[in-house]
Amino acid sequence: MFRKCDITGFEVDKRGEALIKVNAVFAVVFFLVAIIAAFFLVLTRHPTIHLLPPHLYYRFLTLHGWNALLFWIIFFEIAGLYFGSTVVLNSRFSSPPLGWLAFFLMLGGALLINYTILQGKADVLFTSYPPLKAHWLYYLGVLLFAIGALLGVILFFANLVVAKREGKWQRSLPLFTFGLLTAAIIAIVTLVSGAIIFIPTFLWSLGIIDKVDPENYRIIFWGVGHPAQQINLAAMISVWYLISYLSVGGITPSEKISRLAFLLYILFINLASAHHLLVDPAVSPAWKVFNTSYAMYLAVLGSMIHAYAIPASVELAQRKRGYRGLFTWLAKAPWGNPAFSAMFISLVGFGFIGGVTGVMIGKEQTNIIHHNTLAVPGHFKGTVVIGTTLAFMGITYYLIPLIFRRKIVFYSLAKVQPWLFGLGIAMLAISMLALGYLGVPRRHYDILFSNAPFKHEFNPAMWFFWALFVIGGISAVLGAILWIFIVVLSVFFGPKLKGPEDMQIPIVPPPQEEKRNPSHSSILSPGTLTLIFIFFVWFMTYFFLNWKWLSATWYVK
Amino acid sequence: MALLPPPENWDKEKPSKDEKTWVYIALFSCFFMFFWMIGWHIFGKQNTSFVSYKVNPMEFFQLHSSFVEKYKIGEKNGVPVVKPPPESDVILLARMWSWSPILVLEKDKWYTFHISSLDLQHGFSLQPVNMNFQVVPGYDHVLKFKPTKEGEYSIICNEFCGIGHHLMIGKIIVIADGETPEKYLGEIKTEKNDFAEKGDFNPSGK
Repeated sequence: MFRKCDITGFEVDKRGEALIKVNAVFAVVFFLVAIIAAFFLVLTRHPTIHLLPPHLYYRFLTLHGWNALLFWIIFFEIAGLYFGSTVVLNSRFSSPPLGWLAFFLMLGGALLINYTILQGKADVLFTSYPPLKAHWLYYLGVLLFAIGALLGVILFFANLVVAKREGKWQRSLPLFTFGLLTAAIIAIVTLVSGAIIFIPTFLWSLGIIDKVDPENYRIIFWGVGHPAQQINLAAMISVWYLISYLSVGGITPSEKISRLAFLLYILFINLASAHHLLVDPAVSPAWKVFNTSYAMYLAVLGSMIHAYAIPASVELAQRKRGYRGLFTWLAKAPWGNPAFSAMFISLVGFGFIGGVTGVMIGKEQTNIIHHNTLAVPGHFKGTVVIGTTLAFMGITYYLIPLIFRRKIVFYSLAKVQPWLFGLGIAMLAISMLALGYLGVPRRHYDILFSNAPFKHEFNPAMWFFWALFVIGGISAVLGAILWIFIVVLSVFFGPKLKGPEDMQIPIVPPPQEEKRNPSHSSILSPGTLTLIFIFFVWFMTYFFLNWKWLSATWYVK
Repeated sequence: MALLPPPENWDKEKPSKDEKTWVYIALFSCFFMFFWMIGWHIFGKQNTSFVSYKVNPMEFFQLHSSFVEKYKIGEKNGVPVVKPPPESDVILLARMWSWSPILVLEKDKWYTFHISSLDLQHGFSLQPVNMNFQVVPGYDHVLKFKPTKEGEYSIICNEFCGIGHHLMIGKIIVIADGETPEKYLGEIKTEKNDFAEKGDFNPSGK
């Protein structure tokens, strides 16, 4: 049942490994669907290119939303959860048949959703706000997918319990698994919210109940929609810690504080349903202020802690190897390792683009100048794409040799891939944010209003950002296609990995304690402190700019 | 230790001075950002509303019709142009795929907007000032606005509402002292033409 990994020394349950593989492979399949849709969307959204007609634009947008935001990420996360709860703990998979059941439920749900969308029976976009109604098969697909995912998450807990009982871990989990545990707890809350709202919506689509209150739907739907992204957040950060550990032997400066930061997510992050309701009727400003700020921004505090701890883990390890200058540790980092570069671009992009804009979009009043503009998808390109997706791409470069036991084909191209994808998405996100500030709506086919009864002209500065949008979008699509190409070729046709000598991507053990003149300064990571200070200045600048922009609008109360 | 269990005494270790400093700075900025939002409710001029009502879409439609009838000054591209007095209630109706009516407001005067939808959810996006609010059928979103600058403004729909979503656009005209709406709208058709009795207005929105 077990094989012993000749590279890491882990005991790998083969039955669990098969489940990890199949979930990861289907994650990539759905990612491909999302990317094909993304290509058409980029070239349709540009106001003068319009590759697709309107109905296909909205249909592809629905398709892209589900495949990119849910299927790709959740399948990959389920693979990650199984990996973190079996391989990392040298433990066995609690119940492989149930693992397969979860997989087929998710697959069935995903296929059903994609089928109804492509049939044109669910042009309702990802959010499917009632009274907009899709075919009942669509809601059935959502339920099947959610139940499958829920089962997968429960199996993660079961694996942990089995491992504990069999003595595979004693007092504390490794930080990676601990982070995944956070993600899994958030996932339970999320998926239960999903069931609460999609069961009545499903019955409504069948005509069994006659109405779903649109505002109630919004409140509970965003209990799925937003926290689902917080699962990604916790999983992404776990992956960052893991890549730092594998690529430079980085260890968090303080286990206690890093774990506390994860705990803050569990406690507060699910309040973020409010982020989508800040300019809604029916919910009061007091409710909005408390919830949107995750109770005084305590979940943001968690993210700011990780934003320090992860680069610091790299810096501390590098300093022990003798890199003393303020940024020598970073300059001498393994940039040729695609997992490391993916992690670092993901970290910087998430912080500077996704995180900062998220806080400002999620403020009760400044949401007025953001809600449903292109700045909103711009923000989540900066979180879930440059952040989660790129982090997952990075860790895949380790999974190919370690789990799939294959060599990475075109390894030299793999080194370029994170840059192509990361910089492309950064350009795309920044242009969407800028367009949003100019008032350009999201999910809109024709902002030139060619056939509308009235015209509106946006600030002509938008044309610069539309050009950036297309350039960024296309290079991100190319980066994604390149990654899929490398992964698929390696996994299915790559040369078999015979042993440690075939590892192209290095696993660097943590450095020994410093031998010559250990530093006595009380500041252990001056480089990270400098970087985080630059980040903080940017954060506060952006904060005050937003209030300045808001104060230039009409008065409203 | 991302992959291995942490050292036995991990919860006893003292965090380094630099990390502690950062955590305190971060915590302070979190509290600062939180209280700023409350402060903006006291000192700021742009806040979301405390008032909204449940409303039957049909009743809201009737409110809209009588509002239009009362203050109508003309018509543009088939949409009534309405000039309510300052400080009054304004009814703005969203439906697939239009905003009604075209409003003529005076600069620096307060108006109480009631915004709702006859059919699907819509997004009230006022351009170019870029103010955005959600419009939900069954809910009367009450917002008090004071336009601060004269000019022609567009209301774009920024919530997906079906295949004609991108055709949904309305207008608000803000006039300064001594200006007429024609300055921005051009010729307005002014024959008395009762909008509510035209008969081609199907409230169910189908």
